[in-house]
Amino acid sequence: MSDAQIDFTDIRAKLAKHEGPDYWRSIDQLAETEEFKLFLQREFPRQAAPLEGSFERRDFLKLLGASMALAGLSACARPPLAHEKIVPYVKQPEQITPGRPLYFATAVTYAGYAEGVLAESHQGRPTKLEGNPDHPASLGATGAITQAQVLTLYDPDRAQEVLQKGQPSTWDDFTSALSGTLAGLPGGDGFALLTENVTSPTLASQISDFLGQHPRARWFQYDPVHPDNVVAGARLAFGQDVTAVYDFRAADVVVALDSDFLDAGPGSLAHSRAFADARRLRRATDTMNRLYAFETAPTHSASLADHRVALKPSDVSALAAALAAAIGASAPTAQRPAAVSQALFDALVADLEASRGRSLVVVGPDQPPVVHAIGHALNAALGNVGATVSYVRPAAARPAIHREELAELVGLMNDGSVKALVVLGANPVYTAPASLDFAGALAKVPFSAKLGLYHDETADAVTWSVPESHFLEAWGDARAFDGTATIRQPLILPFYAGKSEIELLGALLGNPSTAGYDVVRNYWRANVTGSFDDFWRESVYRGAVAGSSSPAVSVSAAPVAEALPAASNFELKLVLDDSLLDGRFANNGWLQELPKAFSNLTWDNAAVIAPTTAESLGVKTGDVVKLTSGGKDLSAPVWVQPGHAVGAISLALGYGRARAGKVGTGVGVNAYKLLDHTAAGAQAVTVAKTNDSHALVSTQTHHSLEGTGEARHIVRSGTLSEFRAAPDHPHFVHPVAHHEADLYPDFEYKGYRWGMVIDQTVCTGCNACVVACQSENNIPIVGKAEVARGREMHWIRVDNYYSGSLDDPQFFHQPMPCQQCEKAPCEPVCPVGATVHDSEGLNVMVYNRCVGTRYCSNNCPYKVRRFNWLQYAELATDATALSLANNPDVTVRSRGVMEKCTYCTQRIATARIDASVEDRKIRDGEVVTACQAACPTQAIVFGDLNDPTSQVTAVKASPLNYWMLEELQTFPRTTYLAKVKNPNPALASAEGSH
Amino acid sequence: MPQLFPPNSNSFVTWAVWAGGIFAVLMIVALPFYARVSNNGVGVPVAQPIDYPHNLHVVQVGLDCRYCHTTVETSNTASVPPTETCMGCHSQLRVGTPQVQAVVDSWNSGTPIAWNRVNELADYVYFNHSAHVNNGVGCSTCHGRMDEMAQVWKNEPLTMGWCLECHRNPATALRPVSEVFNMAYQPLADPKAQLALGATLVEAYHIDTDKLIQCSTCHR
Repeated sequence: MSDAQIDFTDIRAKLAKHEGPDYWRSIDQLAETEEFKLFLQREFPRQAAPLEGSFERRDFLKLLGASMALAGLSACARPPLAHEKIVPYVKQPEQITPGRPLYFATAVTYAGYAEGVLAESHQGRPTKLEGNPDHPASLGATGAITQAQVLTLYDPDRAQEVLQKGQPSTWDDFTSALSGTLAGLPGGDGFALLTENVTSPTLASQISDFLGQHPRARWFQYDPVHPDNVVAGARLAFGQDVTAVYDFRAADVVVALDSDFLDAGPGSLAHSRAFADARRLRRATDTMNRLYAFETAPTHSASLADHRVALKPSDVSALAAALAAAIGASAPTAQRPAAVSQALFDALVADLEASRGRSLVVVGPDQPPVVHAIGHALNAALGNVGATVSYVRPAAARPAIHREELAELVGLMNDGSVKALVVLGANPVYTAPASLDFAGALAKVPFSAKLGLYHDETADAVTWSVPESHFLEAWGDARAFDGTATIRQPLILPFYAGKSEIELLGALLGNPSTAGYDVVRNYWRANVTGSFDDFWRESVYRGAVAGSSSPAVSVSAAPVAEALPAASNFELKLVLDDSLLDGRFANNGWLQELPKAFSNLTWDNAAVIAPTTAESLGVKTGDVVKLTSGGKDLSAPVWVQPGHAVGAISLALGYGRARAGKVGTGVGVNAYKLLDHTAAGAQAVTVAKTNDSHALVSTQTHHSLEGTGEARHIVRSGTLSEFRAAPDHPHFVHPVAHHEADLYPDFEYKGYRWGMVIDQTVCTGCNACVVACQSENNIPIVGKAEVARGREMHWIRVDNYYSGSLDDPQFFHQPMPCQQCEKAPCEPVCPVGATVHDSEGLNVMVYNRCVGTRYCSNNCPYKVRRFNWLQYAELATDATALSLANNPDVTVRSRGVMEKCTYCTQRIATARIDASVEDRKIRDGEVVTACQAACPTQAIVFGDLNDPTSQVTAVKASPLNYWMLEELQTFPRTTYLAKVKNPNPALASAEGSH
Repeated sequence: MPQLFPPNSNSFVTWAVWAGGIFAVLMIVALPFYARVSNNGVGVPVAQPIDYPHNLHVVQVGLDCRYCHTTVETSNTASVPPTETCMGCHSQLRVGTPQVQAVVDSWNSGTPIAWNRVNELADYVYFNHSAHVNNGVGCSTCHGRMDEMAQVWKNEPLTMGWCLECHRNPATALRPVSEVFNMAYQPLADPKAQLALGATLVEAYHIDTDKLIQCSTCHR
C-alpha cells in the first residue's frame, strides 16, 4: 500500500463514467497509486533478489570460497557408496500392495458435525484427504480446511507428552490423579466436564454413563464454531430443538440474510453442490436459480448473488422483519433499511410470492435468534416447509447455547464450586469471550485437566495437559448436519501416545486402559439389530451408517414477539476466519498462507471496513485503529474492502494466538479480546485512529494479467437474458483476429488431448482447489516476508475481480492454474529444454533439467510459474515429521527450480498405466485432478478433448466457453465459462450488468 | 615496513599455477575414463544381510519370479517379499543353517530384514514394473539372468540413455507376454526378425510409441 491517502471521490467518479477498467482487482489499481504502477511495470518483482542487510566484500569472498569448495566436494561424490535399503514387512497386511495407495473412509468434524472423507494411505502413511461421495455432507467434495488437516497430523509442534504443571509426566500418573480427585468429590459434586459440541453417539453415551455414576457432576459445552444463534432461533420459533435441512436444488429463489450457506457451517458442501446444480448454465435453454444476498462483509455465497446489498448487521435484521411483514409472516415491526431500494424490495417480494414452495430464506449464524425465528416464519409463510426446507431432530447429542453454558461454568468456577475441571479439545483460555475472564476463573479450580492436540493457552493454565490423538489416529464417531453417523476409523497409530476423547472418558469411567476401538464397537453393537459384523464392515467401509439420518420432526411456529437487535452507529461483527475458524488451525502453514477470498490477505487478520468508512475515519489499508467495545479495546490494522457495509466492521477470530506453535503464535490480532458473551449478534463499537501502521500482505496485486496495453477481456460476464437473446453478446464473446500462418507447425494429437474448463458461474472462490493442489503436489509455504515479495508457491491461485461501483461492486473469482497453452510462450525461451510439450498436450516441467534462468516465468502471460527461491521444502537431512505429509508420487522440488501446475500428471500417469495393463483406453472421469476432486460446486471439469463423448468436450461446446487472453493466441487447454448472472428482469433497467 | 614474505616465496605462485594446470588436465582425462570404467556399478555383486541365492531358488526349487515379487504385475514396485513369505518354507526347510536362522530371527523378533537396493533409480524417475511386464518387457531384459546369480548385481547401467534405447524403439526388446517371466528367453537372433516380431507386439499390446519418449512418461 502506498503512503498517500487514496482519493475515493476520484475513483467513484471514474467508475461512474466507466473510465477505468470494467473489471478491477484492487483499490490501488483504481487509484493508480505509484506502488501499483511500479508493480505493473516491473511485472515480476519477485524475480529481483533483494539481499538481506549489508553485504560486505569479505562476506562475498567467503561465500564464493565456500561454494567452490562445496561444488568440488559434491562433484566428486561417487554414486551410491552406501546402498539404499529396502525394508519389506515381516508380515504384510492383507490388503497392502506396495506402491499403491489405499483409501479409508473416515470423517473430519467442524463444531462436532462430520464431513466425510476418504483418506489416502501410502503403506500406512496418510497423505491426502478426498471427499467421500457416499457421505451426505461431502458428496465427494471437501473444503479448504479439510484439505489442510493432513498437515496438522504431522505438525511437529503437536503436544507430545503428558504435562503436569509444565513438567513431563505420564498417562498413568494423570489417571491416578484424576481418579483420586474424583473419589474426593462425592457424587461428582464440584466436577465439571467441558467439551466442544458433541454429536458423537459413543461419546454422548459415555458422558451419560458418567453423569449416571456421578449425578452431581456437570457437563458443559463450549465451541466458538458452534452456531448458537441457529439453535436459539429454532427454540424461539418452535419451542423445541430442531434442525432445518435445506434443499437448494428445489429452490428457484434464495434469499440469504447474512448467510454464507455455500461456504460456512454444517452442510455447506452439500448446499454448494445442490445450489450449483440449480444454477449451472451451458445452453440458453438451461434454467438458473436466483440469489438475493443481504450481508455485511462479502461472502463466498454472495459472489454468486444476482442481487446483493451490503447492510450492517442490524439492518439485515430489520430487512428480515420488513420482508416478513410484506409476505405476511409474523415478525416485529421494522423499517426497510434505506440501502435496500423500494424497487428491489418490491421485486424481491414479488419474486418470493411468485415462487411459493420453490423459494428459500436462509439466515446466517451471526444474526441474533429472533432473525432466525423470522426466517422460519418466512419459510412457513412461503409454503417452503416440506418443499425446500424440512425440519429434523438435531444431530447434536445435547443442543445447547454454548455462550450461556460457558457463562454458567465461569460463574461456578468463580464462586469456588468447581473443584475439578476436565476440558476436552476446547481451548477456552483463548476462545472464551473477554467478558468472561475464563483464565481468572480457571486459576480458582484446584484440579484442572485439558486434552488437546497442542499444548496451547488452556494447556498452559491447567494442572494437567494430555496430548490428544488426531482424528486420523483414533477410533470415534460423529454425526453430519442431517444426523447421518460416520464411524471414524484411524489410519495410523498415534505418533505421540495421544489419547482420544473417548479414551479419556473411559478413564473418567474408571477404566484408564480403555481402547477407543472397543468403546465405539460396543456402543454400536448395543444399538444395531441384525448381524453386527455385517453392519460394522459395511458402515466403516462406506463411511456412513446407512439409514442413520435424523428423523423428521413436525413443527409449528409460534408468533415472533421478541424485539429486533438495537442498531448502533458502528457495529462490530466478529466472524470465524475462513481458514483458521476459531483459531484451532493457527499452526497450519497451508491455511495461514492461503489468500483469503476478496482481500487475498495472508498471514493476518484485519478490521475490514467499507471505503466510505475509511474516508470518514481518514484511514487507509494497513493503518492501525483502536476498537473499543464493551469496555475492552483492541488495536487492529484496517483493510478497506469494496462492497463492505458502511457503519460496520468485520474482524476475524482465530488470530493473535499466544501459544499456537512455531507457525501460528503471534500472527494477527486476538479478536476474542472484544467478544462479549451477552451479545447474540453484532456488538456496538467505537473506532479511533492511531498513528501506527501494520504491514498487511495481500496477493491481490500479484500475478496481474492486466498488462499495460489495451484492455484485456479477462473476466467475461453477462446476464441470463442477454445470453438467451444473443449467446455471442459482447459480454461473452470477443472475437480476435487469428494469424493465418504460424511460425510453428501444428502438432497432431493422436492419443489423448487433455483439457480443462472452469465454470465461473458457480465458482464461489472457496479456495478448496488451492489447498487440494498444495497437498497433492507437495507445494511448500514461504512465509509472510516471502509472500510480500510475490514468491508464494501456489500452483493454482484464485484471482478476485470486482466490477461496478466501489461501494456496491460485483464479485468475480477466477481460479488460475497453468493454462497448458498449445503454443506455450514459456517453451521456446527455455535454453535447456526444461519445459516442453508432450504428445498429449501437457506443457510439462522437467525439474531435473531446469537450471533456473526463469525466462519461462518472464514469458508467461498468465503468471502461473513459480520459482523456488529458497530451499522451501525440507531437505532429507533436517526433515521433520512434516515431510511425511508429502505425496510419494510427486517430486519434491528443491531450490533454484521452476515449477507449476501439471494437470496432476501423476494422476494421468497412474490412469495411463492402469489402462495399459488392462489393455484399454483411459475412461472419461478416470483422471480427476486434485482441484477438480475438491471443488464443492464441480466448477472444474477435466478430461480428454479427443473423446467426443467426454464431459469436458460437452462443456467446452458451450457458447460461454472462452480462452483467457485469446488475443495472445497461446491456445490454452484450460478455458473458462463466462459468468452468467440471473438478475430479476423486473429490475433489469435499474441493475445494469457488465 | 619490513617485507612479510621472503623473495623466494615468489616461486610459490609459479608452482601453484603449474600444479593447478596439471590437476585440471588430469581431471579432464580421468573423469570420463572413470565414468566409463566404473560403468555405474554394473556387474558388481552386492552383498546382502542374508545370502539369498536366486539361482538356487529359481533353478533347483523352481520358484516363479512372482512367488516372491508378488506385485510386479500390479504395481510400480515388484516388491521384496515380507519375512512371512520366506517362512512359508523355511519354518520347515533347512532350519538351523545360519542363513535361515537370520530369517527365523526376523520372524520371531518382528524386525524386518533390511536388504541392500541393487537397482537404484534417481528419485525423480517414476519407474513402473506393471507397465513393462504387461506389455512384453521381460524380467531378464533389464535384470539379466537372475536364475544364474548367486549374488545379485545390477545388469544394466539404468541411465536415462539406456532407458531411451528401448523407449525410442521398443520393438528391439519386446517379447510375447507369455515369455516375460522366462529367464532363458532370448530376443530373436536375426535383428530383422526381432524388429518384425516387436512391431507386431507393439501393435498387439497397443503401445503408444509417441508417448514412450515423453518426459512426463517417467518424470512427474
